[in-house]
Amino acid sequence: MTAEQVFTSLKAKFGDAVLEAKLDALQPWILVVPERMKEVALFLRDDPAMQFDYLMCLSGMDYNDGKLGVVYHLFSTVHRHKIVLKVQCAKETPHVQSVSAVWGTANWHEREAYDLLGIIFDEHPDLRRILLPDDWGGYPLRKDYRVPEFYNGVKVPY
Amino acid sequence: MNGSKTLLTSYVSQPGEIKTSSGKTLRTDEMIINMGPQHPSTHGVLRLEIVVDGEIIVDVIPHIGYLHRCFEKHAEHMTNYQQVIPYADRMDYVAAMNMEQGYAVAMERMLKIEVPERVEYIRVIMAELQRIASHLVAVGTFGIDAGAFTPFLYAFHDRERILDLFEMTCGARLLYNYIWVGGLSHDLPPQFIDKAKEFCKYYRPRIKEFNDLLTYNEIFVKRTANVGVLPKDVAINYACSGPMLRASGVNWDLRRDDPYSVYDRFEWEPQVGKGEMGTVGDTWDRHIVRMREIEQSVNIIEQALAGIPEGNVQAAIPKRIRPERGEIYARTEAPRGEIGYYIVSDGSTTPFRVKARSPAFVNLSVLPEISRGAMLADLVLIAAGVDIVLGEVDR
Repeated sequence: MTAEQVFTSLKAKFGDAVLEAKLDALQPWILVVPERMKEVALFLRDDPAMQFDYLMCLSGMDYNDGKLGVVYHLFSTVHRHKIVLKVQCAKETPHVQSVSAVWGTANWHEREAYDLLGIIFDEHPDLRRILLPDDWGGYPLRKDYRVPEFYNGVKVPY
Repeated sequence: MNGSKTLLTSYVSQPGEIKTSSGKTLRTDEMIINMGPQHPSTHGVLRLEIVVDGEIIVDVIPHIGYLHRCFEKHAEHMTNYQQVIPYADRMDYVAAMNMEQGYAVAMERMLKIEVPERVEYIRVIMAELQRIASHLVAVGTFGIDAGAFTPFLYAFHDRERILDLFEMTCGARLLYNYIWVGGLSHDLPPQFIDKAKEFCKYYRPRIKEFNDLLTYNEIFVKRTANVGVLPKDVAINYACSGPMLRASGVNWDLRRDDPYSVYDRFEWEPQVGKGEMGTVGDTWDRHIVRMREIEQSVNIIEQALAGIPEGNVQAAIPKRIRPERGEIYARTEAPRGEIGYYIVSDGSTTPFRVKARSPAFVNLSVLPEISRGAMLADLVLIAAGVDIVLGEVDR
């Protein structure tokens, strides 16, 4: 299935939840609203024509224009086609629906995106920091992050 | 305890309680055991919080991050794209060549660079030598975890010879900075091809020797077969890759199925777990898949050495890397599985975002699924069978 066909069937099924698509990119992507991500994910995984059963990568993004985002690289081991899905949310209210119930691998990837970018995945079963210490302040991969001078009272030589 | 009358001699217990000979009812409880971060069988600094009921594992909660070195943050702060490569080296420090190759492939696709054939051949040789070296670490330490010390020495003795070849090529034994975007840092030294052929000839019979020593050893088979079974659908749902996925019976190898470099010119077969000693997807299957992959890698190296063309290995290296605004996700087959780089460019000379999807990070996340219900003593083998390198889990 080509990216265009995926986009058309998503648009037909979800209407306004599918915002736009960039089909002439190096790897075509489709933009979806964050509140309905899980529904879209379930459809993409279970529809017989799609069967995107393999989530290759889930990356958090800071676009440096007041928006955060999540990028999903999907692949189907059955049909061997790929698609890239994106969601965007405002930096002040960074809520995205979790897809860890759809693809098990998303659990840790989402924790990482939460840890480094502060994106909150609603309905995630265990949203904790994963790489940084639990008492770390701030989200280091945000573009406006400032390296702290002190960590627990100890000066950070940097 | 709760007022129920029990016979003095009754030892019959309900779940969650034990009756003593004096008729007392004792409540049993789950216990939490901590393993790591400093523990010889965690292969680095991994901490496992283990909930056990007697000797049966109820749950495992991995705690990672002890080796987090901010790869992604560093990558954003480089002054050019080539500078990311030494950091990529340090992710999976026992398979640094494969980490470099993944990044180089991603950047070349983004920049649409055609790499000279000689470069591709040398990369294949290096990547496969590195795969052997990395698998040797995996199976050697796996033996130690099962209580067999000698195979470890055999494995490291052979790995040493591969590291000698790397040292001869680029001066480094562990972290190479050898594969650059568009080319290589050095051409092969004149004696390399003979030495590498010599190695293949020497090494082939050693695989059988190693298998006799460890793989088909009765005690080893008893300890690993039917332990930590990972079913096919769970493996795909958790996006496992590499030997972990293939051992579960999925015939899937990125070198063949998402082609890059010149792997399509050589004759070789991806190896799949068949459940010869127990169930498909058990720990023994993971081990045998690695052993058979080593053999396939020797095949590839021999063919590549025979067909290596002439050329300038630095001809296609761009003077200044400034990709157009855009993004790419490229994946290659590292010894542990799919190493993917998601690189976003904003049109400047530094990356806007680099996300590394490292195979061991993803493979480790399935550990709780495959350890529940296992014996506590088997957890060491299950974790070793996943073959984690914490440098790459934590990045």
